[in-house]
Amino acid sequence: MRHLLSTGDLDRDQATLILDTATELAQVGDRSVKKLPTLRGRTVVNLFYEDSTRTRTSFELAAKRLSADVINFSAKGSSVSKGESLKDTALTLQAMGADGVVIRHSASGAAHRLSHWVDGSVLNAGDGTHEHPTQALLDAFTMRNRLGTLAGLRVAVVGDVLHSRVARSNVLLLTTLGAEVTLVAPPTLLPVSVGTWPCEVSYDLDAVLPKSDVVMMLRVQGERMNESFFPSVREYSRHYGLDGERLGRMPEHAIVMHPGPMVRGVEISAEVADSPRCTVTEQVANGVSLRMAVLYLLLGGS
Amino acid sequence: MPDNHGPYLIRGARPLGGDPVDLLLRDGTVAQIGNDLEVPEGVQVVDAEGLIALPGLVDLHTHLREPGREDAETVETGSRSAAMGGFTAVHAMANTHPVADTAGVVEQVWHLGREIGLCDVRPVGAVTVGLAGAQLSEIGAMADSAAQVRVFSDDGKCVSDALLMRRALEYAKAFDGVVAQHAQEPRLTEGAQMNEGCVSDRLGLPGWPAVAEEAIIARDCLLAQHVGSRLHVCHVSTKGSVDIIRWAKERGCDVTAEVTPHHLLLTDELVEGYDPIYKVNPPLRTEEDVLALREGLADGTIDVVATDHAPHPVEAKETEWSNAAMGMVGLETALAVVQRTMVDTGLLTWEQVADRMSAAPARIGRLDGHGRGLSESGPANVVLYDPAAPVDVDGTAMVTKSSNTPFRGMTLPGQVRATFLRGVPTVLEGKNA
Repeated sequence: MRHLLSTGDLDRDQATLILDTATELAQVGDRSVKKLPTLRGRTVVNLFYEDSTRTRTSFELAAKRLSADVINFSAKGSSVSKGESLKDTALTLQAMGADGVVIRHSASGAAHRLSHWVDGSVLNAGDGTHEHPTQALLDAFTMRNRLGTLAGLRVAVVGDVLHSRVARSNVLLLTTLGAEVTLVAPPTLLPVSVGTWPCEVSYDLDAVLPKSDVVMMLRVQGERMNESFFPSVREYSRHYGLDGERLGRMPEHAIVMHPGPMVRGVEISAEVADSPRCTVTEQVANGVSLRMAVLYLLLGGS
Repeated sequence: MPDNHGPYLIRGARPLGGDPVDLLLRDGTVAQIGNDLEVPEGVQVVDAEGLIALPGLVDLHTHLREPGREDAETVETGSRSAAMGGFTAVHAMANTHPVADTAGVVEQVWHLGREIGLCDVRPVGAVTVGLAGAQLSEIGAMADSAAQVRVFSDDGKCVSDALLMRRALEYAKAFDGVVAQHAQEPRLTEGAQMNEGCVSDRLGLPGWPAVAEEAIIARDCLLAQHVGSRLHVCHVSTKGSVDIIRWAKERGCDVTAEVTPHHLLLTDELVEGYDPIYKVNPPLRTEEDVLALREGLADGTIDVVATDHAPHPVEAKETEWSNAAMGMVGLETALAVVQRTMVDTGLLTWEQVADRMSAAPARIGRLDGHGRGLSESGPANVVLYDPAAPVDVDGTAMVTKSSNTPFRGMTLPGQVRATFLRGVPTVLEGKNA
């Protein structure tokens, strides 16, 4: 494995290895000195074309805990804002000797393109509406920690699937790991060919909740209303928002997940967001361990 | 006069794939056709054994980029590229900078083509001022100009306003013009990046639904029939479009249609690697669409093959998919792709290829002196093609100023060996003469 571009590129063994490695590395976070020398002398560039403090910080922390040198290259205020192409930026990073490039970009496929232009490893930290592989991996890691196994797990992914890179990566990864995914959304927020995806589809959240071990809520942007994806935020919330009452209809062991940032009052109520069954902060903590695992596996070789 | 003006005796060529004959080209016409013709004094002999002779090809849809984007192509480089592909006439699309929406611009392009003299450059006039879709451009002035414009198109943009389209269809009738529509419903394709379907959904690229093309074609066919005008549909790309055009022709609508070589061969699966070399408007569709397009071209529902030759500089393609330009070069590979997709598959004879790539486009463009076949005393516009000379496609080896060919790395079955424009070779032995 040289790059991590899509969870679809991972087979079951590779995905499991990443999760197992994350489990080992998680213990580092519990120590007083949270640092391993594994990637000493290696350079990791965080190339972020979209603002994402959460993901960038997570990658930065992960790389630093492995003793890598970390450079944050943000699109704003750099040569990128002066019109430099992605290719030229890639060649620049290449010339500086980047061993790994973590890229977040608004264009689907940007990480794929980058992988043709640099010798180092490319980690897709979210490309447009395509994929966000480390998010899906940390989600799977969280599910496994909480519920013990992924095989046979019933996972509902609820919300704006059409525009969600998190949903795409999760469907591919969870299917590979043996979970059963159901996508829940109004038809306007599902891809037209969703029937060919390896998952179930439902328009009815209430029907799916009692049969779910995990309910993953996706962020829904209010602007979608203006593009006629749904009539109003209130109507969306009534049909697809997770509130305390709906939480009560889930099995007792079932957990609520959210990739963040949450929009309280739209897809998730404050009551649910703050409930102990909601794993949002746990996901954030797991994100660091998981990204350490990915960096270690991609860059840790000789 | 350079001494390459002939006369030329073409020895042993197979007109339209038939039995070998000799053709004598003199004074711009095919002076004689026959077996074992004598070689008059001063005549240069071209050995054409095994080569197929076709009438000079006519492209209804070419982007020459001049004026404005001479970094991508010029009338000169585009003319050379056309000649290399066996074309003796091209229709230069109007989306230049400035837009070809006045007599002045179309005459400039026409004059450039004449001076260069490698193929007849027939400008296409914009339907609306600045391609803005708001106000009719001076169609009459362009028709009456030296450029004699007969094809009008906002290609690259759809004349989406139904009333404006109706008026354009009606108005062009006075000049025997045809409106060539780029069928793309704009609201259904906002931000669209590729064909909407399994691949776009997987890749997370905003989809370009087939219905956005088909809805406009259906509307325009009905409009054209209502006002009794000629309609031409550019670059048909979906199965549904073929069905609609077939239906419209059956009910008597005066509609013609074109398909590009790339839509006859390539599918949206190629987008998997996000290489924008495969980014084009309309987008590459599915295998089912490709097969329907071939069938439509074979049964005459689709009248012509047109290249939609769209050169772009390297940097326009070496970028993120969503940031990349749409379009592919196609002049130099068109005939070989048609051979592979239509002739080698048994769907078209070479005689029918001559119809789809020469006679029909000349007729639609009202282009005198082209598309008249290979007959004695006819114009000596001839292409000699070797159907058994496989070539590995390499964009950088092409004559066009750009290199954005989606066929790179593929092996195509044949090559143009010679092209004659009114008896004068523009290509000989596979090279620009």
